[in-house]
Amino acid sequence: MPSFMTNLTPIMKMGLLVLGVLIVASVAVAALRRAKPNKNFSELTARVQAWWLMAAVFFAAIVVSNRVSLVFFTLISFWAMKEYVTLLKTRPADHHALVLTFLAVPVQYLWIGLNPPWYGMFIIFIPVFMLLSLPVRMVISKETKGFVESASQIQWGLMIFVFGLSHIAYLLTFPAFENSSANGRTLVLFLVFVVEMSDVLQYIWGKTTGRHKIIPTVSPNKTWEGFVGGITSAILVSLGIRFLTPFTIGETVIVSLLITVAGFFGGAVMSAVKRDFGVKDFGSVIPGHGGMLDRVDSLCYAAPVFFHYVRYFHTT
Amino acid sequence: MSSETPNRARVNSKSLTLQSVAQMVVFALIIRPFMALFIGLRVRGREHLVRSAPFVLVANHSSHLDTISLLSLFGLSRLRRIRPVAAADYFERNAFVSIFTKTLFNILPIARKNINAENNPLRKMREAIEAGDSLIIFPEGTRGSGEQMGNFRSGVAHLIEEVPDLTIIPAYLVNMGRSLPKGEFIPVPFFCEIRIGAPRVIKGSRKEITRTLENAVRELAEE
Repeated sequence: MPSFMTNLTPIMKMGLLVLGVLIVASVAVAALRRAKPNKNFSELTARVQAWWLMAAVFFAAIVVSNRVSLVFFTLISFWAMKEYVTLLKTRPADHHALVLTFLAVPVQYLWIGLNPPWYGMFIIFIPVFMLLSLPVRMVISKETKGFVESASQIQWGLMIFVFGLSHIAYLLTFPAFENSSANGRTLVLFLVFVVEMSDVLQYIWGKTTGRHKIIPTVSPNKTWEGFVGGITSAILVSLGIRFLTPFTIGETVIVSLLITVAGFFGGAVMSAVKRDFGVKDFGSVIPGHGGMLDRVDSLCYAAPVFFHYVRYFHTT
Repeated sequence: MSSETPNRARVNSKSLTLQSVAQMVVFALIIRPFMALFIGLRVRGREHLVRSAPFVLVANHSSHLDTISLLSLFGLSRLRRIRPVAAADYFERNAFVSIFTKTLFNILPIARKNINAENNPLRKMREAIEAGDSLIIFPEGTRGSGEQMGNFRSGVAHLIEEVPDLTIIPAYLVNMGRSLPKGEFIPVPFFCEIRIGAPRVIKGSRKEITRTLENAVRELAEE
């Protein structure tokens, strides 16, 4: 049997659930368009269409093989760094440091791809090795004006978009858990589904019931109603897919609270970054959503939190 | 007629030479994917390039990526009809570079020094246009820093004087000089952009033409 068929049941269930959610979304948008024919729903339609594509690509990448998944996440981090670095005010003297920065992306995922994955290198490569060596390469380039600004901006990007995101890829390597049909792959599906649903639900609650702004200086559209309603309903949703995890009911509530709040923080931080840059979106590669970063910003924060919770409490 | 004519006639016809096949294969398998995935090239005004009459595409210059990215916008079968004008002393400096740039980029090498009747750049450019080819010219003459556009030289104005109804297409390239600056060999994958303006015919004195060209490209920079 092909290797991806051994965990058929929970993943197939999840696949059908995601398909169901997408169908409901498309039907809802179609109904909205019929009910209010004069209103412009082109962005909403583009958003839902993009969700179909993203879900399909993500599912395929996760399920087909470990190597494909690793390459997929490497490309996501690569594209996110591309979007970030393009918005930075880089100096000509930073050229070589930036080459090394982008070379660091596949190297970080290489530690994960080793058999067995090399946790020690994974956890220090960017926070220690790249942190220390990038500024040294910049010293060799000799331009000291703007040194700290460049060094810190590049390292920050590596930490969030490469180190942070790569936690998802490492999670994929976790083997099956005791007394559970869960493994690394099902956990990744849980994480991504809960965090992305939380984003969508916060948006829906915000649009329908939002009144009191929550972080107006950073995100004028986010409200307390959206935040509380979205997080609460996301936690309820996560209870429905508990079969993907080795968690108890209470644990699922706690973990979902952790990752949805972390996801909210991630979105808030990225909004602050966009404000600093003076842009509305990080890019335009995903129609209706913006850039890659606009879609993975919550995951950059939620992934490390989730990974280390699972590693601390559910592995030996 | 110079002895160059028979060779040019062979290349200009629709026949598939080894060079044209090599160019098409490299663009299809290496350069276009590189532009899409590594550079993430964004293009505005691509529709202005759909034309069969010869044109001169004029753009700012800050990187070796400029020519490569502009060429990647054209259909593979058109590539042999598009000649980037390039300094012979640099791009023919040794056998390897010469064969490489002529095969992969189909450059039109022109002399920058010791100009005589035989290697006259203006004559070569005019003959290429008359043979039905289009040109890519960087009026700054050399790669700039990428931040400030340099003054345009008068070469294109001279060409327009000889070919008065010549179609000019202005273009502005963003971030190429950031990605692969002068003196560097490994590109950094910044997002780059090409903005193409509407084709036009330019009239006036040489100074006026040069200034109009500069403004046309600068306009695209400010969008």
